[in-house]
Amino acid sequence: MSRGFSHVLNSSPLQPGDTQLIVNNVSLSFGGVKALHEVSLKVQQSEIAAIIGPNGAGKTSLLNCISGLYHPQVGEIRYRNGKEHILTSLKPYQIAKLGVARSFQNIELFKHMSVLDNLMLGRHVHLKSSVFSGGLFWGRAQREEIAHRKFIEDIIDLLEIEAIRKQQVGTLSYGLQKRVELGRALALQPSMLILDEPMAGMNAEEKEDIARFILDINEEHGVTIIIIEHDMGVVMDISDHVIVLDFGSVIGDGTPDEVQRNPQVIAAYLGESKHG
Amino acid sequence: MESGVFHSSYQADMGLRPTPLMRIRLIVVLVAAVVFPFFANNYQLTLANQILIASIGAIGLNILTGFTGQISLGQGGFMAIGAYSSALLVINLGVPWWLSVLLACVITAIVGGFFGLPSLRLKGLYLAIATLAAQQIIEWGIIRSPLTGGVEALVVDPPLLFGINLSRDFNFYWLGLILLIGTVLFAVNLFRTKVGRAFIAIRDQDIAAEVMGVNVFRYKLLAFATSSFFVGLSGALLAQYRTIVSFDRFTIETSITYLAIIIIGGLGSVSGSIYGAIFMTLLPAVLTNIGSALENTIPQMAGLIPFVRKAVFGLTIILFLIFEPEGLAKIWRDIKDYFRLWPFSY
Repeated sequence: MSRGFSHVLNSSPLQPGDTQLIVNNVSLSFGGVKALHEVSLKVQQSEIAAIIGPNGAGKTSLLNCISGLYHPQVGEIRYRNGKEHILTSLKPYQIAKLGVARSFQNIELFKHMSVLDNLMLGRHVHLKSSVFSGGLFWGRAQREEIAHRKFIEDIIDLLEIEAIRKQQVGTLSYGLQKRVELGRALALQPSMLILDEPMAGMNAEEKEDIARFILDINEEHGVTIIIIEHDMGVVMDISDHVIVLDFGSVIGDGTPDEVQRNPQVIAAYLGESKHG
Repeated sequence: MESGVFHSSYQADMGLRPTPLMRIRLIVVLVAAVVFPFFANNYQLTLANQILIASIGAIGLNILTGFTGQISLGQGGFMAIGAYSSALLVINLGVPWWLSVLLACVITAIVGGFFGLPSLRLKGLYLAIATLAAQQIIEWGIIRSPLTGGVEALVVDPPLLFGINLSRDFNFYWLGLILLIGTVLFAVNLFRTKVGRAFIAIRDQDIAAEVMGVNVFRYKLLAFATSSFFVGLSGALLAQYRTIVSFDRFTIETSITYLAIIIIGGLGSVSGSIYGAIFMTLLPAVLTNIGSALENTIPQMAGLIPFVRKAVFGLTIILFLIFEPEGLAKIWRDIKDYFRLWPFSY
């Protein structure tokens, strides 16, 4: 029983198809280990871009560069949100203010908070109350909490987690925690949503649910989504654009069909033919 | 979760006491607190006042350590800042006592924020050591400074309000009670709004908090300042209540006692801070009473009491850490949960 989403979920001012994210010649290394090597790619507004590749290919490192947790030694990442921002010179919380929201590969929720509080923390950058007004809980602080609670309730409806809204997150099952984490990222009112293996460790039914949520968020609300996922069936089904990483380099970039026919990608996934 | 309780507005649903039973319990506690001083003797009132002061200090420490996850061993030092600021403002500048208390809170908040700076780089045990340095620096400063009278105690005039001497047990009780209620209301409200949620988020998962838009360093400093404000209040009240300020009440031992209070009461719980303060104030008093009662049967008892007190103190902390790390607040929650469905609790 859904009430329908009454708020604007997508905070990006761009038109679908506009270039939103430009990763330009990014190289990242830890000591002697090269995690990323001259990676360049573009993501357009309102597309679902999947990043795939074998384990250790540098997928999560790339996402960490986009959200400001890692700073690449070479290259820059530009993000368009009305005007252009250089993400590689910003701190993670400043990037969050631009509307770049993400979830993590290993669930990184606030375990001792309720589902509601976790989602409300996602609203952090939109809330205005200070220590004083919050401590008094009078006037604006209270009105603000109620207004943003309405937004949160829309997300709770969207993700069908009404029954658990007051439970402590640490007590929930893995699948539900993954869903709450998606909700927390949505609560930011993202201009771009980054999902790091949102379906890892799920059964087929749970994967279908998450895939449906992702398609809803993208098709109904127009939110750009970057997703890392290992399930090729899902990736090829839902994404508009696939980027293949291997040993820190981009070896394939295009529509799902193009990537599937790319000999380099086939080699990386299936191993090189001995007779080839 | 209570069944049969429904709310039709988010405002009602966000209430601090959403069920009738909770409101009844609160009223019972408040009535008991108001009636108590009329039936208590001076000794009991002294204990009650110590509990009120310790509760405010413990809530302050809990904001920093229990809610934001920044372990502080500087509690004694910050209380000293509050106590000495308040006393010196009255003695040297002739500031009215109530204004001196307020200013002492602000001064302690600033000092606390300053000593929070290492939290930019340090976490966990390393930060604990940095706050230990804060404790030592403040203690050293008080002993060495010509302003504070060094190891000599400072004597403050008793605080007067419309001619009523507030340092008398019965009168101070009301001041302490009102300030504790104010502190509790502030703290519980803080933790259901933006800033408090960010504090808890930093404790649970600081990287995720940063990625969700929390400026972690700024909020850590804010936690230090907010916490120190109430710790300073507790120190200033102690100065006004005792009318004597001496550094040996604010040593590292005080810091550890307060950590014990919030561990036994419940980390990250406002009500737990009060339970812990009650427990840790009454424990030595009860042990002393037992000791003097046994004096006739066991003559050596009087000499042993201080050692027994220390041993029981240590034992209590160990037992809580093993059996109920979430403290008295959790025990009380379990009792409530048991009786919620009683007698059909299956």
